[in-house]
Amino acid sequence: MKLKQLTLALSLLAATAATVLSPQTAFAQAKEQFFPMLVYRTGAYAPNGVPFANGMADYYKLVNAKGGINGVKIIMEECETGYATDRGVECYERLKGKNGGATVFQPLSTGITFALTEKAPGDKIPLITGGYGRSESADGGVFKWNFPLTGTYWMAADVLIQHIAKKEGGLDKLKGKKIALVYHDSPYGKEPIPLLQERAAMHGFSLQLLPVTHPGVEQKATWLQVRQNRPDYVLLWGWGVMNSTSLKEAVATGYPRDKMYGVWWSGAEPDVKDVADGAKGYHAIALQHGAEPNSKVVKDVLALVHAKGQGTGPKDEVGQVLYMRGLIAGMLAVEGVKRAQDRYGKGKVMTGDQTRWGLENLALDQKKLDALGFAGVMRPISTSCVDHMGANWARIQTWDGKKWNFSSDWYQADDSILKPMVKNAADKYAAEKKLQRRTPADCQS
Amino acid sequence: MFYRENGQFKTSYPADQQIFAINQDRWAIWGLVALAFAVPLLVDQYMLRAILIPFLILALAAIGVNILVGYCGQISLGSGGFMAVGAYAAYNTLIRIDGMPLLLALISGGFFATLVGIFFGIPSLRVKGLYLAVATLAAQFFCDWAFLRVGWFTNNTPSGSVSVSNLQVFGLPIETPAQKYLFCLSLLVVFALLAKNLVRSAIGREWMAIRDMDVAAAVIGIRPMYAKLSAFAVSSFIVGVAGALWGFVHLGSWEPAAFSIDRSFQLLFIVIIGGLGSIMGSLFGAAFIVVLPIFLNQALPWAGGLVGMEISTAAILHTEYMVFGALIVWFLIVEPHGLAKLWSTGKQKMRLWPFPH
Repeated sequence: MKLKQLTLALSLLAATAATVLSPQTAFAQAKEQFFPMLVYRTGAYAPNGVPFANGMADYYKLVNAKGGINGVKIIMEECETGYATDRGVECYERLKGKNGGATVFQPLSTGITFALTEKAPGDKIPLITGGYGRSESADGGVFKWNFPLTGTYWMAADVLIQHIAKKEGGLDKLKGKKIALVYHDSPYGKEPIPLLQERAAMHGFSLQLLPVTHPGVEQKATWLQVRQNRPDYVLLWGWGVMNSTSLKEAVATGYPRDKMYGVWWSGAEPDVKDVADGAKGYHAIALQHGAEPNSKVVKDVLALVHAKGQGTGPKDEVGQVLYMRGLIAGMLAVEGVKRAQDRYGKGKVMTGDQTRWGLENLALDQKKLDALGFAGVMRPISTSCVDHMGANWARIQTWDGKKWNFSSDWYQADDSILKPMVKNAADKYAAEKKLQRRTPADCQS
Repeated sequence: MFYRENGQFKTSYPADQQIFAINQDRWAIWGLVALAFAVPLLVDQYMLRAILIPFLILALAAIGVNILVGYCGQISLGSGGFMAVGAYAAYNTLIRIDGMPLLLALISGGFFATLVGIFFGIPSLRVKGLYLAVATLAAQFFCDWAFLRVGWFTNNTPSGSVSVSNLQVFGLPIETPAQKYLFCLSLLVVFALLAKNLVRSAIGREWMAIRDMDVAAAVIGIRPMYAKLSAFAVSSFIVGVAGALWGFVHLGSWEPAAFSIDRSFQLLFIVIIGGLGSIMGSLFGAAFIVVLPIFLNQALPWAGGLVGMEISTAAILHTEYMVFGALIVWFLIVEPHGLAKLWSTGKQKMRLWPFPH
């Protein structure tokens, strides 16, 4: 290549780079609330990431179609993380300052949550990790900016053990039983282990840990161990392709599917669809909701968003489990802003700090939920300065070969076990980081 | 016209042997370093935190890999593993010993990476080329396994994810992006200078002799074991320090997946595209591999916007991979010796400009 051409090409590239990479500060329009979205629509986890992202985007569109948050329009932008932590951090840095500043981040990955937990306090942007993330962050006294709304993995694991105990006829009947945890070998999969160990010590069942490496398509060795040990129950903490692979292996090993319980990431349509009849009888925990194609909010989305051709993703997936999860994640973020507006001025654009107050004082009672179209989908959520989780209700759902059905009543996680564990873990974190617990005065801010 | 060495006479051996023998080069490099240290004043946080800091750290790692692969000719796929050793060793030193200064923790990270590097370098005495690459792959998988499974390394955190904060050096905090950037830059400058001098010294020449033909090197009295293992040691030390920086400064909180096999490949690609056997090439390669994907990721929606097209998030990522892959192939066809070669060709042409023969 000629030098002149090369210099020309390089300078052109540098010029474009400068234009593209510099943040767009030009449109500082008022009345627009910016919701960044970290999503993964590619990679091994895409089957689960796509419906979640679609649901979240559709909810924001629905709010806009209904006139915004007290008149404030939502603008959103997606950034693809591919479930990689470094990519997620880059996305966070890219989006946090855009369009007048990010309102709230939903990392959608335990690894990214851990990384952003270190960064969010400095930037004063709250993180919503609805049902996932780090379990001890339910303690708002230490984790000021984290909101694991509607549940954590510890809570999910606790409910699963309660359900198994109920099936056995009481917690004392768990003695001597064998429970295996087949988990995705990442911070996500390891989260429930401390709680299960605590419960195992309390009730005298033995816990067997069977890790599966990313992405989880190779599980022959794991299921060989299941065949050898014959655990009474298998808990599945899997994800994406790992779930369907696990179910197929269970079929191959002849392990009864109705003795298998999945976390909510393992309890959606993409996880069982491939196995269909083979997965019949398989259970999974549903943090609040399951597949809700008949709920009012889904009908609203279909009428106000999809009917106008603005829907994100295919229409027939609207109302599926993970789609609903995304929808609820969007709703929680929007309600946080709405609650903040109650205090800082209706119809104004909220900053990250103000939204944090809103999320911390969330009071979604049944009436409000019904009005939003979530009747029958969710139970009330109310958060406080110390409790950033807001609700600890869950149900069990079962796959009948075609769709998910609820197969249990509502359970509530046992606070007498969870609270001390959360507090200990949070205190350990605070000591490591040399943080002070928040004062009552700080709670008012 | 401006880039000539005419009239610059060397009157002493040190003057003749300095790294940048031509005055213009020396001024340019001083200017460049000064500019690099002034960068925090010029660019915004995003540029620093998301682009420049990862670039600096991966450039440092690439210098380490280049010593092993480029100068000594030992193909290694264990670099990600050595980075992990550096990160976790530094983490454990920092939290387990009270009052441990950060710099010392980083050096201890490098030290333990050196030990592991030498251990996994032993097969290089028997196996060569692609077979060695496969042997070093064992280092990668072993490190992945150890940090996932052995709770002690992660201070028994339930999730296996560890984090550090309140970093400081000599009482100066490393909190803001600008401070982090300057910290990484200082380390990169120091290590780049060390590496450059090392490869120009007797030991560097031994490495290159081994790379070019190990039997001939042995015949003229170079000890292959010493040369190969010292290359593994120096390389792993630098890679280990880079790994510690990646965890401490860039991510802040990390899990073993941050140093997966993908990282090893990434580093190898940086070195190949940047230019084997060139310190400068490591910087070019890191810039190419780190900055280009982010640039493409943001340029595509922007370019789509120009023609009024909205591109979906997934399509952007897929296009990014395709364009990036195509660019790599194109570069390797046009210039198989990497970006560093392109750079030296450019310099050569500058000397003749504006009257090429």
